[in-house]
Parts: sequence; C-alpha cells; structure tokens
Amino acid sequence: MSHKLLSKKQLCLDVYVADIEAPLVAAAAKPGQFVIVCLKGAYSERIPLTIAGSDAKKGTIRLIWQAVGKSTAELSEMRVGEKVENVLGPLGKPTHIEKFGTVICVGGGIGNAPLLPIATAMKKAGNKVISILGARTKDLLILEDDFKTISDELIIVTDDGSYGKKALVTQPLEEICQQMPKPALVVAIGPAIMMKFCCAVTKKYDVPTTVSLNTIMIDGTGMCGGCRVEVGGQTKFVCVDGPEFDGHKVNFDLMMKRMQAYKKQEAQAMEEYKKQHKCRIGLDG
Amino acid sequence: MVDKENQLDEQQLLDELLKKHKAGTLKASDRYAIPPQPMPQQDSVKRRSNVNEVALGYTETQARLEALRCLQCKNAPCVEGCPVRIKIKDFIAEIVDGNFKKALDIIKENSLLPAVCGRVCPQEVQCQLPCTVGKKFKDVDKAVSIGRLERFVADWGAKFHDGSIPKVTGRTNKKVAVIGSGPGGIVVATDVKRAGHDVTVFEAFHKTGGVMVYGIPEFRLPKAIVQQEIDQLKAMGVNIVCNFVVGRTKTIKQLMEEDGFDAVYIGVGAGLPMFMNIEGEHLVGVYSANEYLTRANLMKAYQFGKGADTPIAMSKKVAVIGGGNVAMDSARTAVRLGAEKVYLVYRRSEKEMPARVEEVHHAKEEGIEFHLLRNPKRILGNSEGIVTAIECLKYELGEPDASGRRRPVPIPGSEFTIDVDTVVVAIGNGANPLIGQTTPGLNLNKWGNIIVDENCKTSLDGVYAGGDIVLGAATVILAMGQGRTAAAAINEYLKGK
Repeated sequence: MSHKLLSKKQLCLDVYVADIEAPLVAAAAKPGQFVIVCLKGAYSERIPLTIAGSDAKKGTIRLIWQAVGKSTAELSEMRVGEKVENVLGPLGKPTHIEKFGTVICVGGGIGNAPLLPIATAMKKAGNKVISILGARTKDLLILEDDFKTISDELIIVTDDGSYGKKALVTQPLEEICQQMPKPALVVAIGPAIMMKFCCAVTKKYDVPTTVSLNTIMIDGTGMCGGCRVEVGGQTKFVCVDGPEFDGHKVNFDLMMKRMQAYKKQEAQAMEEYKKQHKCRIGLDG
Repeated sequence: MVDKENQLDEQQLLDELLKKHKAGTLKASDRYAIPPQPMPQQDSVKRRSNVNEVALGYTETQARLEALRCLQCKNAPCVEGCPVRIKIKDFIAEIVDGNFKKALDIIKENSLLPAVCGRVCPQEVQCQLPCTVGKKFKDVDKAVSIGRLERFVADWGAKFHDGSIPKVTGRTNKKVAVIGSGPGGIVVATDVKRAGHDVTVFEAFHKTGGVMVYGIPEFRLPKAIVQQEIDQLKAMGVNIVCNFVVGRTKTIKQLMEEDGFDAVYIGVGAGLPMFMNIEGEHLVGVYSANEYLTRANLMKAYQFGKGADTPIAMSKKVAVIGGGNVAMDSARTAVRLGAEKVYLVYRRSEKEMPARVEEVHHAKEEGIEFHLLRNPKRILGNSEGIVTAIECLKYELGEPDASGRRRPVPIPGSEFTIDVDTVVVAIGNGANPLIGQTTPGLNLNKWGNIIVDENCKTSLDGVYAGGDIVLGAATVILAMGQGRTAAAAINEYLKGK
C-alpha cells in the first residue's frame, strides 16, 4: 500500500508539514505515538517520525519533520499527489492521559509537533495546560496558533529575543515550578539538550516530568535495540518501552552521544544528495 | 586441469557404481568406499570481499555419488532426526536414479522450503547425527550429506522445473491471519491456503521473509531463494500485507472481531535482543547482532551511498560476542564490510559452541580470530562515547549447568584488553513483548514466551503460535515444524466452525 501526500507546507526554514494518507495508522493513532516512514524502494532509510495529528475519518496522519539528512530532505522535496511507499505504525506506547491538574507542556523546535496532540489531549481531559514554546529565533517557531487555541496560557521564548521573551524554556519553567501549588506534571519534548535541562530544573522542584525520546532506530518494534537508552540504570528500548520516559531517570548524556553515531556518514550522504539533486528546499511551499 | 581430471574421475566412478547398482550387485562395502563428496565453495580469500553465497552446491555427478553412499537402511534412523520427518532415504534413492523431480516431490510432501533448509538446517545434530554411515566411521562429518542433497534437489527444481504451485482445494470462506512472514508463517500460510481458506500474512517490516531476510546473510542464504517462496505464496492467492505491526496497527482481538478472521497464527519470532548489562554497552559502536545484521542484510548497508541509505559502522576492528550461528553470521558480515580484524569472543570452549560446525569452519577460513573461554567484563570508550576496546576476563570450565554444558567460571585477576572500534553482541533474544502486552488472555511463561499445547494452540480459542516466540531462540526448521502442526490444527478447528 502506498501513501499519498494530500497536502504539504513549509512551516519555517527547513521544517515541513504534510498530511499523508494512512488509514490504518490514523484509525489507531494516539497522542505520543510515532510512525516509521520508508520513502521508496527496498533500500530507502527507515525514518522514525512523530505523529503530529491524525484524522481517523479522513484516514490521514499529519507529519512534521525537519530536513536534517538525505532521507528527510527527499521527503521535503516530494510534491502533493506523490506517494510514500511505506508507513508503519502507530508505534510506541501512547501517552498516559488523565486529569492531573496543571500540566506544563514545554516544546522546543520541532518538538512542538509531537507535543501538540499530547497538549490537546491533556486539555480535553480537564487539565489546565500551560505551554512554553521555545525557538532559536522568531522564524523557527512552529505551531504557535495551534498551541494558542488549546492552552490556558502560552509563553513564547526565543534565544535571540526576536519574539516573546529572550530566554531559554528553562527560565519560565523554573518560575512556574517555584509557584505554589506546584504543577502536577511537566511534559517536555524537544532537542535532547533542552529536555536534559528541563529535567534538571523540575527535579530541583520535584515535579514529575515526562520526556519523549527520538533516538536512532531501524525496525521500531523492539527487534534491533539500536534505540536503547539508559533509564534509571536499566537498558530500555525507546520503540517498545517508550518513546516517553520519566525524564528524571533518563541518562541524556549517553543518549546524546549515541545520537551522533552516524554523523559522518549522514553528512556524506547529504553532500552526495545535494550534488545530484537541484535542491528545492526552501523554494517551494 | 586438475579439476577437469577430477571430474572425469568422478564421472568414471559414478558410471561404474551405477552399473553395479543396476545389476543389483552394489554392496555396502562399495558404498562405504565412496569418498564423502566435499561441498564446492567460493575461495576463502575472494569471498572476504563479496556477499555472494559461499557454498556453491553439488554438481549432478557429486550429488549422485553422495546419494550412493546412503545404505537405504530399513529403519531409516535419519528420518527420526528430522523435525519434519522428510522421507530421506526415498528421496535419496531417486537422486541415485537421476529422478530429481521425483526426489523434490518426496521432499515437498513434508517440507515446503527445501532450498532454505538444505542451506541453513543444522543437519549434523538432526538427520545426519544418527546416520548409519557416519556411525560406521565414528564421525558425523562422514555421514551422508543429506542437507547438501536436499539443497541440490531444490536448486535443480528452481533451475529446470518452474516451481509447481501447491494445489488449493475449493474455497471455504473462512479467514486466517498469519502474523509474521518468516519460515513458520510461510508454512502455515501455504498449508492453510491449500485447505481453501482465505489467508492474509501480516509483516511488520517493509519486506517479507522474516529472519531469512533481515538475519541470515546473503552469503549463507541468497535472498532470491526466499523471494521465490514468497512469490509462490502470492501465486497461490495468499494476501501479504507489509508495514503492519499486530498489536499496534491492529490487535489480535480487532482482527478477529472487526475484520472477521476466524483463526490467527502468531509467528513473530523472538525479536528482543539481549545485552550483557555491562559497563559501556551504550557506547557508539556497540550493536546487537539483530541491528548489525538488519542494517547489513535487510537495508543493504554495505551499499551505503550506492543505492542504500542506511549507514553502518565503518569498522577496522570488530569483536563479536557469542558462539552461535548469529555470532558467526555477524563476524563474517564484519569481514565483508571491510574490517581488518574480526575477533569472536566466546565464554566457553569450541566444543560447547552452539554454532554449526560448518559455519565455525567457514569463519576460521575467512580469518576470524577466536578468543575462546573469554568474556567481556566491560566496554571501554573515549570522551566522545565511541568504543575503543573491550576488557575481557579469562574463563575456565566448571561443573555442567542446567543446559548440560560445563559452566564457564571467570578466573579472578585475568583481565586483558582487546582494541576494537565495534562490538556486536550476539548472545540471543528474549521474547518481544508487543503481542503479549496487547492480547488479554494470552498466556505467557515467565520469560514472555507464548504457552501452547501439543497442537500449537494458545490459551485463546482460534489463536495458535509457533517458532521462536514459543520456543525461545530455535531454528528455521523447528519453526517450520511447528507451523506444520499449527496449520493442521487450524484446518481441523475451522472444519468445526
């Protein structure tokens, strides 16, 4: 079965959103889950991507990705009407949604994409949702309007102060954690380094924190173990035990090193790809 | 020239023997005198830099000579050693007479995948172990090479006889879901389809074949052979759905209640790699064998940048931990990926290795260095988190343990290090938790394996299971054997529905 791109839009610099036909995944998808996409042929890379939204009636899922390597660049160059050959999912355990009280949703960069369905579900379950979204600069901020709709309070920060407050997400997070009553739960999704520092803050105030990890993986069903992380001193597989974990127990330093495993080869593949293709990234919508 | 002379000699010998055979004067002593036919194989230096099949297969003359070594024992002890009870002496008798098609038909009565089993079955501990000829020479290596003969017949069939598609009897309008397209799933799908049921095979990967495509390397089992089996399923009218992970895309309950499947076979394999839980296992360059082999085989990482997009470590020095077939496959794959040094580290001695003798032999020929009675204590890395070495302990063998093998005992203070940049952990698989977690009422044992009765039926009505998810780590042939049993039980169960 192939999967047609029904819409595609560039959200910012190298971040794209697309709705893709995937009725089976759409029917089963829950917040917190992801898919593995394999663009074409038998030897394309298997790319894990979080599900940013799904519509069971239409049979579509929304993917948001950043063109960081060859395969995501290829996906970015696909046009509406073209087909992705393989979509596997939904994978991973769904987010545990219940009425906790006040839930702080912290998103950084592309992490806003998987965070949105979680924040939406948390709101629906009766929680007070405070969202903190961070970006390097104004142009890289995504999904602001969507978060505005579902959040009781929305705080924007940018590294360079070009929009919202000039700060890192950890600053407003710490301010909220200092207030009484403390928030019931923090959900932080973004670059590993951001999640690491968010967890350092919330640990200080003893606020439970969930993170969603996006490690390197192949099969996504527990078979390869490439996605393993150390959680509370134990080896866990992101694909079947996660992708969400208690952030206070995750060994982020190890995880960040593991995520660099193929840096050289990825750069080489990207280089080759750019040479062979007239790159349209950033030129079309 | 030598080869040609050899071939002439072989032909001459065969002609003489066949003459006696036809005249009914061939004696057991004549059969014992026939030299065991060696398997032609790719040169051990050349093959280090290609992924082509290592064992090349018997010629017709060799096959008939080897077949003549069979004594045609009345009690056929070999059949007892075969998990699927192939009528071994009968098919061998047909080879002697040059009736290869008949030989193939005899094998296919019991085994659906002779080209696969002829290559990857551990015959030396199955059919060839009780062989009278091997017993006579007190050497199992001198038993009749049943596996090689099976392979010869299967390859002959593929070459000269366009695969006959098993007959399907009238449609029953009953639906069967087969989860997993590995050897067990293929057998169940075939046998259940033959009985006229609608069959859908669900595969989580984007390619079918299970362990035969992601695990066993091309040089041991060419993927084209697996593809033939899948094509045959399709030709029979079996539906194949890839990218469908049962438990997540849909649960077994949904398949049965919403999609109307009357019976389900779970053949998902083991699929949860074990690690050693030692320091340094999270370093960059440490792989499970599953990951290493999947990258190399399924995703063809050895062609990275040349049509394949999945990378793999560009290793110079590799240590593979373990002593099974998967460990040998990993080590031999590392050689082909260009590693200069490949070490195999195993905590017992060679005698206890679960790997096939042939694989151990091939690995040694390809220059893999064996560190026996050694086991890693920790993996060392640099500041960037990349593997630099393994620290090992020396072991000695103590009293036999539960498996009957002598327990390896570490020698205190015997630490030493081996410089490596890649470590492949090939110490086995646990049970994948996905199906268990998402199927209420499915009984599992304490290791997470599915509990079945003698018909491979699980604790749920209409749900059957077999292969590694039931047995723990086993073999292709055992998975096929259970598939046979389960398919018969499913067909019986559906009669009553």
